[in-house]
Amino acid sequence: MQQMHTKRRNRWLEEYIGRTFAVICGWLIVLITVTMIIFLAVKGIQSFTDSGLSLSDMLLSAQWDPNGTPPKYGALIFIVGSMLVSLGALLISAPIALALAIFMNFIAPKWFVSLLKPVLELLVGIPSVVYGWLGVTILVPLLREWFGGSGFSLLAGIIVLSMMILPTITSIAADALANVPMAYMEASYGLGSTRWQAISRVIVPAAKAGIATGVVLGLARAFGEALAVQMVIGNTIKLPSGLDSPTATLTSVLTMDMANTINGTPWNNALWTLALMLLLISFFFIAVIRLVGPRKER
Amino acid sequence: MTARMIDKVWTGIFYAVAAAVIGLLIFFFAVVLSKGAGFWQPEFLFGRPSNTQAGGGIGPQLINSFYMLVVTLLLSVPLSLGAGIYLAEYAKQGRIVGFIRLCLETMASLPSIVVGLFGLLAFVTLTGWGYTLLGGALAVTIINLPGLTRICETAILDVPSNIKEGSLALGATRWQTLVKAVLPAAIPQIVTGVILSAGRIFGEAAVFIYTAGLTTPMLRWDADWGSQANPLNVFRPAETLTVHIWKLNSEGIVPDAKLIAAKSAAVLMVAVLLFNLAARLASSLLARYFSGGRRARRGRGERSKAA
Repeated sequence: MQQMHTKRRNRWLEEYIGRTFAVICGWLIVLITVTMIIFLAVKGIQSFTDSGLSLSDMLLSAQWDPNGTPPKYGALIFIVGSMLVSLGALLISAPIALALAIFMNFIAPKWFVSLLKPVLELLVGIPSVVYGWLGVTILVPLLREWFGGSGFSLLAGIIVLSMMILPTITSIAADALANVPMAYMEASYGLGSTRWQAISRVIVPAAKAGIATGVVLGLARAFGEALAVQMVIGNTIKLPSGLDSPTATLTSVLTMDMANTINGTPWNNALWTLALMLLLISFFFIAVIRLVGPRKER
Repeated sequence: MTARMIDKVWTGIFYAVAAAVIGLLIFFFAVVLSKGAGFWQPEFLFGRPSNTQAGGGIGPQLINSFYMLVVTLLLSVPLSLGAGIYLAEYAKQGRIVGFIRLCLETMASLPSIVVGLFGLLAFVTLTGWGYTLLGGALAVTIINLPGLTRICETAILDVPSNIKEGSLALGATRWQTLVKAVLPAAIPQIVTGVILSAGRIFGEAAVFIYTAGLTTPMLRWDADWGSQANPLNVFRPAETLTVHIWKLNSEGIVPDAKLIAAKSAAVLMVAVLLFNLAARLASSLLARYFSGGRRARRGRGERSKAA
């Protein structure tokens, strides 16, 4: 009798310990996220509160010269560089990804799909430094031969990134296409359309919210990628004059310079402001995804 | 051109694109494995790196990468399992869950360099640890947490509800049901997800530069526990293999820096391949085990009904 009593008590204890653990883990996620935002915001605004830089100079000036007199901290080059390199990558990657997604859902025979899926998984799995290394070893010499110059260029960054975001966009677009009811396809066939007509005029428009989500996520990934881009883009602090000219991005300058600066100096503060910009840009992407993405939650 | 011709042309284009992507992957592997030929030699895999002469190895970096992986999984698997359980079982749907999901989404979309910089603030400067393996593991846990939580949550929700209801009906508490009935059924999916995310941790680099550092002390297995030279001490700088490639590329002064980078890239590619194979194997083995078990259970149920 006594034994049964303790057993029952243990069971309730277990229930509460388990439940408490789960609740703590759930709230830990909130705590970590909020802490990160606060830390980065506090560090990021020091440029304006401590170093006396102005926001408009930082956003609109292309003069970045931390060692000059007076030092200048205009981040326009990095902002433009990040935008060009990720939009360029998207321009290459999005059509290919959409084509792959359509192919996997509606055209490919089964054996081909079961070949493509692991291929995409492996492409996701390749570490970004290996992509960067491939860029430095294969792509940069090739570009050097074609266009002259050093080969380290905006174009090299665009091509490397386009390969890295391809699997991301493909898998999300493929899911979106798979969610279109088969009846749409059948109805389109019933009206006498060819497969291409059905896909291009019925299926893709029906899945456009999901496809847009994939595209924005790809863009976000491209924007935040650091090492692969930094390895091939040349890191010259000037606005690119063309696809074959080197430039720098927000992530590449953070990767290069953060270790070279001393905590609390204006240069260091300016870099933290760039990090805060990256954070705000990823918030922006989340907002866009919430706006364009499919309405229903699970 | 007739509609039918256009259809044929587009079908051809789709096949060409798909074939090109497969070709690209094969090309990547061919390049990395041929340029990095010889990466399998034990003196390279386990040898000490050299700062001045050719012929150094990547022993410490490989140890760091694997140890980092182990520590990170020890941190992130329990946390994301707990969070997944909370989201799937305990949290009330509505505003709070919506907020936690928003936080997860935010965490998932943060660039890894930003998480690395947060790690620099929180685990390097604020704690006063300096660059440490533990700092790197904590930072990469943040990157890993959203994906793994999602995997755990989905795996738990995918368990057929009759398993849960059966257990509850027999008088089990919610936690007992979860641990003894639901989780065993969810294990195949969770294990597959954990292996895949292990591959991602292994390949992560940007987050480690400012948390785990660019150096490794001379490691000795006979060093004291508190010593920086002890490989198992988590409070020591730990340059991972991925960071090593990056560093060789940007500031390598060894004469054979290019070759070492190529060989290290080959090691990483093989690791990626192995992690993917392991995930596939685990999911098919465990799924077979699980579905076999389920069939047997259902069979027994029918028989007892007949009796």
